[in-house]
Amino acid sequence: MSTEWESVIGLEVHVQLATESKIFSDAPVAAGGDPNSRACGVDLGLPGVLPVLNESALGMAVTFGLAVDGKIARECRFDRKNYFYPDLPKGYQISQLAEPVVSGGHLDIDLGDGRSRRIHLTRAHLEEDAGKSVHDAYAGLSGIDLNRAGTPLLEVVSEPELRSPHEAAQYFRALHSLVRALGISDGNLNEGSMRCDANVSIRPKGRKELGERTEIKNINSFRFVERALAFEIERQIGAVEAGGEVVRETRLYDAERDETRPMRGKETSEDYRYFPDPDLLPVVVTDAMLEQARARLPELPAAKRERYARDFALDDYACARLTGDPDLARYFEAVTATGVEPRQAANWVLGEVSAALNRDERDADDIPVPAEELGTLIARIDEGVISSTAARTLLATLWREGGDADAHIADSGLAQLNDDDELRRLAQEALQHHPDQADQYRAGKTKLLGFFVGQVMKASQGKANPRQVNELLRELLTGV
Amino acid sequence: MDSETVERLLRLSALELDEDARARLVRDLGRIVALIDEMQSVDTEGVEPLAHPLDAVQPLRPDRADPKVDRAMLQQGAPATRDGLYLVPRVVE
Repeated sequence: MSTEWESVIGLEVHVQLATESKIFSDAPVAAGGDPNSRACGVDLGLPGVLPVLNESALGMAVTFGLAVDGKIARECRFDRKNYFYPDLPKGYQISQLAEPVVSGGHLDIDLGDGRSRRIHLTRAHLEEDAGKSVHDAYAGLSGIDLNRAGTPLLEVVSEPELRSPHEAAQYFRALHSLVRALGISDGNLNEGSMRCDANVSIRPKGRKELGERTEIKNINSFRFVERALAFEIERQIGAVEAGGEVVRETRLYDAERDETRPMRGKETSEDYRYFPDPDLLPVVVTDAMLEQARARLPELPAAKRERYARDFALDDYACARLTGDPDLARYFEAVTATGVEPRQAANWVLGEVSAALNRDERDADDIPVPAEELGTLIARIDEGVISSTAARTLLATLWREGGDADAHIADSGLAQLNDDDELRRLAQEALQHHPDQADQYRAGKTKLLGFFVGQVMKASQGKANPRQVNELLRELLTGV
Repeated sequence: MDSETVERLLRLSALELDEDARARLVRDLGRIVALIDEMQSVDTEGVEPLAHPLDAVQPLRPDRADPKVDRAMLQQGAPATRDGLYLVPRVVE
């Protein structure tokens, strides 16, 4: 019998904190800009400079700790992690090893079908980002841009409790929703605001001990986390089943080839020689800071989900999707505030609106149709003024041209045909054109009602009120 | 201090030493290690580890950015720059 394998996955996610200035200097934090235009003496590691901790970065870490129900260290410290690379000008990264600001805590991930699983966190600690190297522009030389150096990061480390690539992706999603809801990161994956390293090993199902693990570095999308891990797990199983073994190493995911491969030129063994940074004193989190962070905690995704299920009677899928993105949730709530039925609002927001966002590659904070107009559109369907087909056309028009939903209905003849006489005429026409089907219906093949409804809808160019058409046809066919 | 340890330390520190300097280093490090061994014989049972000699806590800085970074001045000390970038011997990825 062949062995059944299970995978053991832990994620380390670097979350870029949304501060104005760097973690230890007053140089601005922003993407882009001329090379080295945002790197001051502290970021460059010039002799004689001293790092001073950014109050907001610490506050954001505390906020995160409260949100995941972790333990906030009332006193924490910074350490130096030593290694040589040109985009790390000091020769060490200021990080936290022995005494991180947050220990423990947990995050609930959505497994679909209303199931969720609690994933425990090991820790979350503050550290500074490194700069960037440009390798291809100059012959025999590398260019160094230190704009990113000193950008505040919160590294969130999970326990190795994730059991599949899908769970890992869901964990990454949950963390993304949380930091955005907390307002401590813009969560912009394309710009590297959240980067993830995945540790993965395999073991025969049921065994306690962990197998040798590999680490996949620098994954920056939900989809890639899932794909990189799926590839890596298959690779490990293949290696072991072929009589080989898994070697502890760091690998990179190549999205184009959809594979992981060992990083080249890696030092034989990592030895970062951490020690307490003598430039920084012990950091104290005061009662006042804790209170302030607690007072500023917004409604968290998990709580919001419960509220949506309770107050709006939405299914698990809708709750998860809407609360997963604070901007989408805000838009949805604005639509329901116009008085429309919440489940209909959810259907439109998650259906047509989300599809259009995907198509146009826009974010949910950038929906071109005001929530009030979508509210009007839904109300007009409810009132029977427009059909759902016409409503979809109307949404497309509003999306493209903006403007007022009612004005578009009036201008474009999208209004539904509710005139009984006109509908009766169309229904009679349909029966006359298809006498055979009419006879079959009368002989008991009542499924053909749908066929006639379709004929009438077509003749009315989709404007006929389907409920009325149904009633009229039934009446005409049974000859009452 | 065996030569293997010294070799590793030199690599981690990115230092290159000639034979004489290396021999001196091995002697010096041996004496330093002996000193530390002696210190470690002190009974520290129940004593809190000291991370910093100052009895003070880290002052915090308000999160305000100063956009004025004088790149030209800062780059005066660099051996080579181009297009605003610091240039270094090519690093293989």
